[in-house]
Formats: sequence, C-alpha cells, structure tokens
Amino acid sequence: MGFPHPSHSKETVVLSRYFGDAGARTYDGWVERGGYEALKRALAMTRDAIVEEVKASGLRGRGGAGFPTGLKWSFMPKDVVKPHYLVCNADESEPGTFKDREIMRWTPHALIEGCAIAAYAIGAERCYLYIRGEFTEPWKVMSAAVEQAYAMGALGADALGSGKRVDIVLHRGAGAYICGEETAMMNSIEGKRGNPRIKPPFPAVAGLFGMPTTINNVETLSAVPHILNRGAAWYKALCLGNPKSTGTKLISICGHIQRPGNYEVTMGTPVKEILYDMAGGPKPGRTFKAIIPGGSSVPIMTREEAEAALFDYEGIVEQGSMLGSAGMIVMDDTTDMVYQIWRLARFYAHESCAQCTQCREGTAWTTRILERILTGRGKQDDFQLLLDLCDNMTGKTICVLSDSCAAPVVSGIQKFRSEFEAYIAGAREPAMAVV
Amino acid sequence: MTSHQAHGSHGATPAAQDPVFVGETRTKLEELFARYPTKQACLLPALWMVQEVRGWISETDIGEVAEALDLTPAYVKGVVTFYTMYHTHPVGRHFIQVCTTSPCNICGAEDVVKALLAATGCVELGATSPDDRFTVIEVECLGACGFPTPIMVDDDFIEDVTPDKVAGILQRFP
Amino acid sequence: MADELVNVTIDGMPVSVPKGTPIIEAAKQAGVLVPHYCYHPSLPSPAVCRMCLVEVEKAPKLMPACVTSVVEGQVVHVNSASAKKAREGVLELLLINHPLDCPICDQAGECELQDYVFQEGRAGTRYAEYAKRYSPVEDFGPDILYVPNRCILCTRCVRFMEDVADAPVLNVSERGDRAYIGISEEQKLDHAWSGNVVDLCPVGSLLSKDFLHKARAWDLDKTASVCPGCTQGCNVSIDTRDDVVIRIRPRPNLEVNRHFMCDYGRANYRWMNRGDRIEAPLVRDGARHTATDWDTALARFEQVLRGASGSAVILATGRASTESLGLVRRLVDRFEVAAAVQVPLGEEAPLSGVPNLALRRERAPNLAGAELLGYTPQWAAAMRQALSAAVVIVLDADLDQADEAALAAAPGMVVLLGTVIADALRNVELVLPVTTMAEENGTYVNRDHRIQRYQQAKSQPGMARPAWWIAGEVLAGPGPSADAPSTAAEAFELLGERWPVFAGLGHGDIGYTGRVLRTGSAPVPGRAEGAAR
Repeated sequence: MGFPHPSHSKETVVLSRYFGDAGARTYDGWVERGGYEALKRALAMTRDAIVEEVKASGLRGRGGAGFPTGLKWSFMPKDVVKPHYLVCNADESEPGTFKDREIMRWTPHALIEGCAIAAYAIGAERCYLYIRGEFTEPWKVMSAAVEQAYAMGALGADALGSGKRVDIVLHRGAGAYICGEETAMMNSIEGKRGNPRIKPPFPAVAGLFGMPTTINNVETLSAVPHILNRGAAWYKALCLGNPKSTGTKLISICGHIQRPGNYEVTMGTPVKEILYDMAGGPKPGRTFKAIIPGGSSVPIMTREEAEAALFDYEGIVEQGSMLGSAGMIVMDDTTDMVYQIWRLARFYAHESCAQCTQCREGTAWTTRILERILTGRGKQDDFQLLLDLCDNMTGKTICVLSDSCAAPVVSGIQKFRSEFEAYIAGAREPAMAVV
Repeated sequence: MTSHQAHGSHGATPAAQDPVFVGETRTKLEELFARYPTKQACLLPALWMVQEVRGWISETDIGEVAEALDLTPAYVKGVVTFYTMYHTHPVGRHFIQVCTTSPCNICGAEDVVKALLAATGCVELGATSPDDRFTVIEVECLGACGFPTPIMVDDDFIEDVTPDKVAGILQRFP
Repeated sequence: MADELVNVTIDGMPVSVPKGTPIIEAAKQAGVLVPHYCYHPSLPSPAVCRMCLVEVEKAPKLMPACVTSVVEGQVVHVNSASAKKAREGVLELLLINHPLDCPICDQAGECELQDYVFQEGRAGTRYAEYAKRYSPVEDFGPDILYVPNRCILCTRCVRFMEDVADAPVLNVSERGDRAYIGISEEQKLDHAWSGNVVDLCPVGSLLSKDFLHKARAWDLDKTASVCPGCTQGCNVSIDTRDDVVIRIRPRPNLEVNRHFMCDYGRANYRWMNRGDRIEAPLVRDGARHTATDWDTALARFEQVLRGASGSAVILATGRASTESLGLVRRLVDRFEVAAAVQVPLGEEAPLSGVPNLALRRERAPNLAGAELLGYTPQWAAAMRQALSAAVVIVLDADLDQADEAALAAAPGMVVLLGTVIADALRNVELVLPVTTMAEENGTYVNRDHRIQRYQQAKSQPGMARPAWWIAGEVLAGPGPSADAPSTAAEAFELLGERWPVFAGLGHGDIGYTGRVLRTGSAPVPGRAEGAAR
C-alpha cells in the first residue's frame, strides 16, 4: 500500500499489507496474521525443493540487478563441508529508495521469516542482516523482533521445533553508500573498509569470510514466505504480460509528487498509472519534467519516456533506463536539472570508496565541472569534456559506482541540454557563487 | 587531510581515561566474538560501542580497539575514516544530520539546513555551536526520500522537517 | 609437475604460458609491457589503478590484465584504440591533482607516471576547475617521507606492509578523492623491511630520507651486485654517481629475495665510500713503512712465506669473495693452517610473507663460501693461534683494539691485506692494499649454498687490487706469468683444482641469479633449494 497513504485500488498489496499496522510488529501479532507458517512449511521441505519453488516463481532480485533469486541460490555448493553464509542487504542507500525501511519498520518478522527460509535453503550456518547505520528505528524494531523470534523458538538451535538450526545476526553499518554493493558489504561485515571486491571469485564460491555466500535484498527475502505460502504459480501469475518480470514490486516515489510513498504494484503496471492514479500526479499547476525510475544510479527519463513505459525490468529498459531499486525520483518543471545532476554527482563523489582511479578522481572532477557551469563559467567544450569523462568512467571499474555517476550526467546532457546551454551562455543567473 | 585536525570546539578529552572495554562493555564485546568467525569482524560494532561511550573516537580509543581485536591502530584508523558516521573529532552534545541529496534537495532540504544553522548558532556545516550543544552536518541520502526532509538528531530519526518546524524540534534536545 | 600450457595471442604475438598466468605476465612473454601501477609480481593484485585494462576479444568490456587469467585461444590487444583511450583517461585523472614538480622529485627519471604519460598520455590537461589539492609532507618513519600530493593511491605500500611484512602500519584513510595513505601516530614505519615501500612506490610519493635530493636517477650507474649484509645474499643494485655509492636497492631474484631487501642491507654502504684507504703497498723498512710498487711488494710477500714454517693463520673478513678466500688459503697450503672468517652477529629479522627470506643473524655474505674453502667462524680460537703462528695473514678483517694490540705484539710475520690500516698495526711486515667488494668482480655463496656473482660498481683507489690477484701472483711465482689469474673468472677457475665443489664451474655458468652448489651435504632444514616460492 502507498504508505503513508491508504491503499490504492490499482495496487496489488502483498508485502505492504501491514505497513502502518503496529500490531504486525510483534511475534504474536505476526503469527495472528498468518506469520511463520511459511517457515514451518519450509523447514519440512528439502532444500532443493525450496530452491525449485523460488525458481519457478520467477522472483528476481529486488535490490537493483534483478538477478533470478532461485538461480542465485542454486549456485551455492550443495555439500556443506565449510560454513555457508546468507547476507541480507538492508543497506538501503540508493537515493530515492525507502521501501526496505518500511518492511523492517512494520513487518520485521516477514523479513526474519524470509531470511530463515533462505538460510535453510542454501545451507547457511548463519544469516547476517546488514542494516545501514542511519536506520536507527528499523534497527531497533529488527533487534526486538529477532530477540523475540529467538525467545519464541522460531530461530536458534531448534527452529520451530524442526530440529534445524537457523541463526540471524544483525550487523550495523556506519555510513557508506557503497556497502550496499554486495562484495563491499561482505568486507564491511568482516571489519574492513567497504571496498568492493574483484569478481571472480563470485560470492557463491568465496564470499563472506571466504566462504560460499548468498546476498539478497530485504524485499526479495520478504517475498519468499508469500511464495511458499501461496505457491510459485500464484506468484508467477502476478504479471501483466511479460513473463520475465513476475510478482509484485514496491515502488518508492518521492520528489515533486502529490502523494510520495511506497506503492506495491504487479510487474508490468504502466508507469503513468503509478504516477497519476496512485501517487496523485504533479502538484497543482505543475507538470512533470523528468523521472529517475530506479534510484539515482540509472539514466534520467523525460516525462514522455516515463509515461510511455511499463513498470517492469524490461519495460523500463525499453524506454532507455533501468528499473534498478525502483526508487522513483520525480522532478517537475520547477527543477533546475543542472543543479540536481550536480547534486547527484556530488553524492557519488562523496561515496566513492577511492579504489579505482576513474571513480575516485572522475566523480570529483565531474562534480567540479558541473559546479563551474553552475557558477556561470561553463564553456561549450564542457559538453565534450563531460561526455568523454563519463565514457572513461563507464564499464572500467571494479563496481558500478562511477557508471552510476555517469548515467545521470550523460542522460541529463542528452535530454536537457538546453538547461546547460543557458548557464554556459549566461542566459541564466548562476546558481552558485564563485568560491 | 582535514581528519587530522579536530575542528570541533568541544572540550578536549582528559589525558588519562578509563578504557572503554571494561565491565559491562567488555562483556558485550566478548559476546560479539561468538557471533563472528573472526575478531576483526567485530570492528564496526566495537567502534559503535566506543562512540556510544565517548561521543567520538580518538586516537587513544583507536589504540584500545586495535588491542582488543588484535589489529593495528593504523588498520583501525583506515576503517574509522571510511565510514562517515564515526566521529574522529569531538562534536556537540547533539549531532544533527540533514539529508540534502537530490530527492530531498528538490523538496527544499537546503532551506532546512539554513534554518538549522541559524537556529543552532553553528557558523557553518561541521562546526559546533558556541554553547557546545549542536553540530550540524549535511548527509547523503538518509533513505527516507518520501518524507522530505528527514533529519537525524543523535539517534532520533525525524521525518518531514520544514524550516518552520526547526525551532520546535530543537527544543526537544537541551 | 609439468604446468599445463595455454596458447594466447597478445598484440599479434602467439605465446604459450602456464594455465592461470595473468594476462599482464603472459604479455611480458610476448614482449609487450602492459602499463600498470597497482600490480606488482610480489604483491596480491587489487586491480584498482585500472591502468592495465586491455581489450580481450569476445569480452564485453576491457579487462584488467593483472587479475584476468589467460584462456586457451584468447586474443588480447594491449594497444588497441579502446585500451589506449582507457589508459589515456586514467593518466589524465591521475594527473589532475598530481603536482608538476618533477624537477625537484627524486623519482623523476624512474617514475612510472612520468614514463607512461610521456609514452601515451595527453599533451595537455583539461582540468581547469581548481588549483590542485595540497597536503603537507609527512614523516612516516626513520627513513621514509610521504608526499601525499604525488600519491596515486596504488596501495602497493599498504599491501606490502599488510600482506608481505605482516605489519599493517599503513592504511588508506578517508575515501573518494580525499583519500590518502595514512599511518597511526603511535606506530611508525620502522619495520626492518619498510624501505621496500620506497622502491615499490611507482611515483615519488614515498621517499627515502637517505637518498633525498642526493642524485638524479639518470645520473646513477647501476651495478648488479649481491648484498654484503648477511648470509641471505639478496640480489642488489649498487647505484653510484661519479664513483660514489649513493644507494643500494634490491634486484629481483625470485629464488632469493623476490623484489625485496631489508633496511639494514640498504643502509650498509657508507664503508664503500671511505676516503682513508690504503692506496699503495707498504713494506716495513726498519721502524717505518715505505710505499712501494707491486713487484717489490709481491716479492717481499713471497719471501715472507718462503722463510717461514710451522703454522699459519688467516683472519678474513666475511665480505671477502670466494675467489680471494680460496687463493689466499692456497698460499699457505704447506703450513699447518687455522683459517677464520669474521661473522658479526645481529638479530634475525624475517620478512614473513616470503618463505626463507630474512635479515640473518650471521652478518657475513660469504660465510657458506668460506666454510666450503676450509675457513671456520671460530674467530677467538684463530686469534689465539695467531699469537704463536709463523705467519698471520689478515684479509681486511675488522679488528677490535684488543685484537690489534695482540697482533702488533705477535712474534710471527703479520701481512695485512687491507683497505684501511689501524695505528696499532703500523709496524706489521707488509701492508697490501685490496679492493672492497664494491670495487671488484667476485662471487658469494649464500646460506643455501647458492653461489652468486657480483660486479665491480666503482673503481679501486690507487693501486688497490683484489686479494685473489695478490695471491694469484704470489702463487705463480716472481716475474710475469701466464699462470696468474687476471680476472675474477680466471681466479674462480683455479678453485676447482683444490675444492671439488667448484670443479667444472665458471662464472659463465653461474649467471645473474646464481646457482645452487652440489655440496654433498643435505640442505639445512628450512634452507631448501629455491624455497623462496
């Protein structure tokens, strides 16, 4: 549901059903709402059967990459001769995205259940739940819920009386966007700087503490209990035409919009319906100018592109961007695109881990060029320079942070060039003073 | 290399301090050891404990953490400076973080920053107010973009902050 | 174990390399240098500088050559347009904050940033935003300065201290373009092997205080040598300018020291530059010495040996070459001989990341060689015997005052083959000027019985000659003789006649990475042949 707003009739409410319902936060409350049935069911199944069920559901990673979840689980070595780990990625830091936060705040046991099922399915000795440091409230809610789940016997040496051991450890981040990247997260849990690692080796081979590891996003894992409860076929059927994108998806909508919040839709819903019907459209007297559909790291869409798109992994790609984390940043006609692109570049420059040259120096330089344009000292050559710099920053580094910095800059120049031209030509008042 | 200079005006830490990891805190740390296969993995939680006790993490504290986890001070320092939530210099009694990344930025976050600076008396971002009460910093995306502008005052996460609400919020943090 | 070979083509050149070889190493086999900064063959590869990106056919994007292993049939283009553009991009980014202070930078001339920018960088920068970042120079340790402005964050230094020295005293601090190499205020960079970070630094960011502003790299003459510091036998380069030794740096030998040397060895060169050297043969004439020519001096030496009988003692420096030790020993073959080699002792300092590499307790580079030639490290016993011997030959030994006094009072004939002369020995029978190891060619045998050659790095002072030359001339008898060796290689060949372990071996067989001698005895545990990976 469109928390904090009432549910809209065009939503398909599965994960978000209990958002805003404080009763769902407690163990008893969760059980009353049908909780822990899925875990019970899972613990009675074989590991392979769970993996097959998730594969059949078509569930894909909700963190941004959209990798098939069941397939990811199947990469884990079958014979557990050394420890295996599950990591739940609750480092939600992608600008524009705030869905995992609500899952943790309102339905912590849904996540615990999802973690427990996944941990059992991949033979994980332990699940580390990595929550970003700034999420103090979700941390408190999750801590209390995990404690309760242990106390009630849902976790621990004999989970739900199954004789099987399931452990969850909460791990708090400390302020680093890049730790949302899975290999950086593993380093962070290991007590290191959150530097992304070179792949291969892939986490399923040598991940956390060098052991086979699976990393899943909060929303992905929270969907798993529903799949086990209601069957893969049900989940797979939640799809409006494109069988590659199934299930429901939480969309965070923010920016210049009437009703910002989290909306849950079936994959394939037209973006236009989401923007206008569910989220209420632009503020009075304004029109949309640009939409960044998948968190700040994806190319910016024009209003026309966004409104023509269907909301699923492939539908957004067709219109020149990516679904990403489904954090939709909406900008209306009052927005200074150059200024906001500069602000995004500054974000990436701040968050670069400093490993790769192109990212460390490139994100900072990009920021400075944009800053110079905003002070009214831009030059025509700056377009070529920015595009060339962004080319050097794309596809050349260990992780995609520098690509993410380049995406809004390149798409911004392509789609909103006249706004840059206005600063360069002096037709627009400088947005910044020369320092 | 601004991290080398403590620019907070907060009083200096006394030269001789009791270690952090004694008594209950020590027990808490040792309980953590059981949850991870390596001592090193307890570094982030251990640093959080230090910050909770001290308010910030000094060179001396870094030395203590290093010793407790069989690491070197340089190693620990490399990690501390990577994560922006660890304070490497003293800050005000209340630490205010304002999200100004794009989604909040387009909804007026910079005005909230201005209002906070004015109301707290902090001369600039990162500086501590003369009465040692507040330090205000800008922070990158707090992950509550649907509730602009979110701010954090210490561990309190406050949503939907607008300039006119600033005075009322600050009153809650004497 | 035969390695499985993989066939790849690099810039058109087909090569076969063992499976698992990174492209960057395979490219070396093909004669192609892939420009790189963070990669180093003796360190783990983080693939962070992104300089070694190469085009691999069928790969969707450029691949880092340092961590991408070769695959059968792979076709690699190091110098394709896309790879070159990527490198040009990295170079431009590395330069935006790099000062243009090459004229005062010690690294200039051997700087990989300078080299690659010159080779394939842009002619000018497009960075026009701000002044370059500036941070002050920092003192990292007894011999090391950090110049953050020049740092390109390749992290070789951090990885060396962490992964090789097992002493993580350096870190990367902060992040983004604010990052720099950090150190704790409490723990300085004073590890016994820390000087290696200066060599590893591809730019002029980590500097040796000892070498600071002493010389320009292009003015240095580099000579392949072996460290005279201990029994490890690290391969080194002695760098001289105008015949003065300016620094000693490691020379790669994967079997002995990989790419490293210890700080003790690095600092151990000042004696090579001593000015107070004996420059001419001195013969005793009553109560004083008279300088003379070699013919006279050699004749006198021969006389001394011929006129004596009974016992002879040799007191030799541990830095003497195999050639000198051998031929000097042969001089006294008809005597009852006690031959001792001087072995100062110190603390052992291993480099934990490299098996069988340490600064050894025994601070004598040729102890093993001396032992093969019949010398022992029993110095005190030899000193006692010297007090009753008919002939005592001192071969450049470093004598303490008590030893000097004892020798001065010894009843036998004392012949000093030395580089310097102590006042107490001003009345010895004969003083013959010899060269130091820096002034001659020769060989040392290290503790694993690996014999290694070193080359003459500077000219000898005055009339000084290698000790083997003196001994060879005396052995050949008076007057010009074709039998006397005129080169170290010829001297070496004379050893085989007397000591079978050297038989059939010549300098040419030893090469520049050395050769393990067949000594017949089992290697000492932990000294296995080629154990250093």
